[in-house]
Amino acid sequence: MHRFANPARFLRIARAVTPWLVLPGLAITAAALYIGLFASPPDYQQGDSVRIMYVHVPAAWLGSGGYLGLAIASLTALVWRHPLANVAGRAIALPGALFTAICLVSGSLWGKPTWGTYWVWDARLTSMLVLLFLYLGYLALSAAESDRPEARGAAILSLVGTINLPIIKYSVEWWNTLHQGPSITVTKNAIAPEMLLPLLLSVAGFSLLFAGIVLMRMRTELATTRVAVRSRRLAEAHA
Amino acid sequence: MLTLIARDLALLRLRASAVLVPVIFFILVAALFPFAVGPDAKLLTRIAGGVLWVAALLAALLPVETLVSTDRADGTLDQLVSRDLALETVAAARLVSHWLGFALPLLAALPVAGVLLGIDMSVLRRVALGLALGTPGLAALALIAASLTAGLRGGGALAGLIVLPLALPILIFGVGGGAGSLKLLAAASLVLVAVAPFASGAALRAGMD
Repeated sequence: MHRFANPARFLRIARAVTPWLVLPGLAITAAALYIGLFASPPDYQQGDSVRIMYVHVPAAWLGSGGYLGLAIASLTALVWRHPLANVAGRAIALPGALFTAICLVSGSLWGKPTWGTYWVWDARLTSMLVLLFLYLGYLALSAAESDRPEARGAAILSLVGTINLPIIKYSVEWWNTLHQGPSITVTKNAIAPEMLLPLLLSVAGFSLLFAGIVLMRMRTELATTRVAVRSRRLAEAHA
Repeated sequence: MLTLIARDLALLRLRASAVLVPVIFFILVAALFPFAVGPDAKLLTRIAGGVLWVAALLAALLPVETLVSTDRADGTLDQLVSRDLALETVAAARLVSHWLGFALPLLAALPVAGVLLGIDMSVLRRVALGLALGTPGLAALALIAASLTAGLRGGGALAGLIVLPLALPILIFGVGGGAGSLKLLAAASLVLVAVAPFASGAALRAGMD
């Protein structure tokens, strides 16, 4: 892992890898959305609103997977003091929060025609909402401590959040069954193959794009740091 | 560690407002609800338990701004570190003293806030028991948030964003009825108390260098 601790080496690899993530990501996403929106059949129960699934499911996967990535990056930053781990955590957090928000909004838009309401306090929806708040807390803290050279607070917060996440998830499920029975049970029919293909494609395409965005954001942050260091050195040389 | 707790408590006695302000705020938030939803006694009685819990959660945010930042700013923390005290020990002592200074007055004010909402006696007893079990967890979260935001611009405003999502299990188990929920509440609170000294110590150390 520390072979990649050298920012210059990381930048070289990241620069080479990024197009291989972004371009296929765009192509696969475009194909998935085309098949999903135009070339796949409407659901026999949900009609055309089922097509929201092709955005909703990958967003949910990246929102929750992103938090796992954030937790791993934070652990690496705190335990091994890996110089790039905090950069990676910050790079993951914003797109992760964005995809969590997309998941909530698309789910809400799907819920209106299907359940007759934009929002229900279903256990899963509530967990995703709390996850979004955890992301926002991380982002706010890391923005506030951005002027500290050795900022580790946001990483500590994300680990505390990770310890709490199972408790939150369990408590929300417990609370939901206490207050109301399972009001919505999505019929558990296996997904038809003509719907599974665009779904898998969009999950793959979104994931590639996510990875590409994370690498690009990491490169941006490293470049910004380098610019700041260089201009400070120039200012000192002139002084 | 006992010396540290005694020192904190002596400081609290000198600054009575630090103890009183969260308590007054707690009663004030509880008193806002009748204005917000109307003075209907039946409705207020029904929501009283939940309202008191929300008021307690909000009151728990108030001390965050000063909980460790004053000791950090005036060099007390540096002094303690230079005496070979682990910051984890300092944090654990602060957790105990903060709980004593925050939860006990809050529990004392609970009947007053309860009467304003026309709470049932049985519900009041359950909220009191719940707050007694849940406030260690809230104090732990406040300490973590205070250590993370100490010395940051606008740190106090961040506290809500940090504390409230993590306090959700305490709220859920605290409001939920039955002996089972109290056990879960105690467990959730205990996890936070166990994590807090280490998270807070690490955060303080990160903020010092």
